[in-house]
Amino acid sequence: MSDASILEVRNVSRSYRKGGFFGGTHFKAVDDVSFTLPAKPQVFSIVGESGSGKTTLARMVLRLVEPSEGDIRLLGRPLIGKEGRIDSLEFRRLVQPIFQNPFEAFSAYLPIEDYLRRTALNLKVAKSVEEADRLADRALRSVNLSLERIRGKYIRQFSGGELQRISVARALIPQPKLIVADEPVSMVDASLRMSIVNLFRTIVEEQGVSFIYITHDLSTAYYLSDQVAIMNHGRVVESGVPTDILDNPSEAYTRELMAAIPTVGERWSELDAIDSAYPTHSSRQKTGSNQPPANA
Amino acid sequence: MISIDNVTVGYGAAGFITAVDGVSFTIGSNEIIGIAGESGSGKSTLMRAVYGDFSTGLRIKSGTVTGRFTDAATGKTIEKPSSLFRDLWWDQISYIPQGSMSVLNPLMKIEKQVVDGLPRRERGGGRRELRARIAKFLAGFGLEENVLDAYPHQLSGGMRQRVLVAIAAFVNPRLILADEPTTALDVVVQKKILLMMVEIQRRLQNTLVLVSHDLGVHYQITDRLVIMYKGQIVEAGRTADIFANPQHDYTRNLIASLPRLHGQRAVDRVGAGA
Repeated sequence: MSDASILEVRNVSRSYRKGGFFGGTHFKAVDDVSFTLPAKPQVFSIVGESGSGKTTLARMVLRLVEPSEGDIRLLGRPLIGKEGRIDSLEFRRLVQPIFQNPFEAFSAYLPIEDYLRRTALNLKVAKSVEEADRLADRALRSVNLSLERIRGKYIRQFSGGELQRISVARALIPQPKLIVADEPVSMVDASLRMSIVNLFRTIVEEQGVSFIYITHDLSTAYYLSDQVAIMNHGRVVESGVPTDILDNPSEAYTRELMAAIPTVGERWSELDAIDSAYPTHSSRQKTGSNQPPANA
Repeated sequence: MISIDNVTVGYGAAGFITAVDGVSFTIGSNEIIGIAGESGSGKSTLMRAVYGDFSTGLRIKSGTVTGRFTDAATGKTIEKPSSLFRDLWWDQISYIPQGSMSVLNPLMKIEKQVVDGLPRRERGGGRRELRARIAKFLAGFGLEENVLDAYPHQLSGGMRQRVLVAIAAFVNPRLILADEPTTALDVVVQKKILLMMVEIQRRLQNTLVLVSHDLGVHYQITDRLVIMYKGQIVEAGRTADIFANPQHDYTRNLIASLPRLHGQRAVDRVGAGA
């Protein structure tokens, strides 16, 4: 059965020691989490607030952190343990990360094209510089850039949005099966954010790459994903198709999270309570009495 | 309260890099005014020019920022340019700078940081009495007295941010300037802090200027909104009007680009398109 899935996460936990040089207590950053990414390419979102364990979970899938308990399988093969474990090079060809801050993901001292070329050579998907450049160019074209456009440039010459698109291109170079993106758009301006999110969707559909999208932002997860899991205190409290769980949340935590999003068009009811407690403020009824902003 | 008149602000001594370009608007009393814009729009620079902090190489090249305050003791009107606001800081004007997660001094307990910032008029009574007053005030923000004995690293991000908002409000300022005060926080904590800020504004009937890149935040709590793009104001007016009827293409795109719960989904888009 496991051959039919890209990724299988089974009863995975990760504990850390907390406090005290001697003694102290253990706490579970991730607590008994299971989910499966089916063979059909798709976006699986893991949504949670800080401390929910979502990043620890992502790092376990990326094999940067070892689980304390449980089992993770990629294409049916174990990520952990000694028997039949996928070797590091093959793993990095199959699973690629995209991180939150693209300015920290690339070296500031290398032209970007060098960095992409080295990625292709290090992963041994290209045997020569020419071939590496060809792969880099192909990857860049799928994010609407090209090698020509970035040639000779360093990271500071790009905007955050462009650089994050280049991060996506870098991840695509080995033609991976799975991309794990941890808050990939939280540092990107709102007007560019959706173009990157849409890009993920296009890559899923056209290149058959699956995504694990880690985010605190329920709205983009709702927009982008085929499946979403809500995490709180290390546990998945609710998961399923976004329209099923977010249009009709059964968990109190999910509802609290949804109610806290500052949505345009849905004013928080608590504000009405404050306004009626301080009736002298006439903000919402204000007519022309206030000075209008005089912008030349 | 503050009038900003055709002001151009930027950085650099030899060359001049313009960050805010010929901006005019008025900050009135008893209102929450929002400044929205994306990175590089000049919103934080404008805020610093209003606060009058020119220590970082910031310079007003042309135009004026003028403040009008009433001296609490004498009742006299104080009118001066923002370059001379320094003696109004933490008295008439409080400022919550951006990145305030790291603004608190890591080597100093919270109590000392609060007390150090207070103007003389707030320091009356003994240390114990002042501490009791501060503790009572912090309680209104859901912070216990032992927060005063903590170092910043012992507090969560949300607690630190509440401490900063509390410090800013404690001196009963007429004007609170907050630059992305909740950006690094989770939505649940963000909502609590924003509601606190609204309540403070209503109670003190003072003015809150809120800089944020998040249009949803502006929609929720601001009365008036200024939208900046590349150093200029592209649109300004009552918040409700701007959201109901955005005039500028940039504003329209910004509002349209917000993903919404229960709204359209990418899966639908791809399914329909390809």
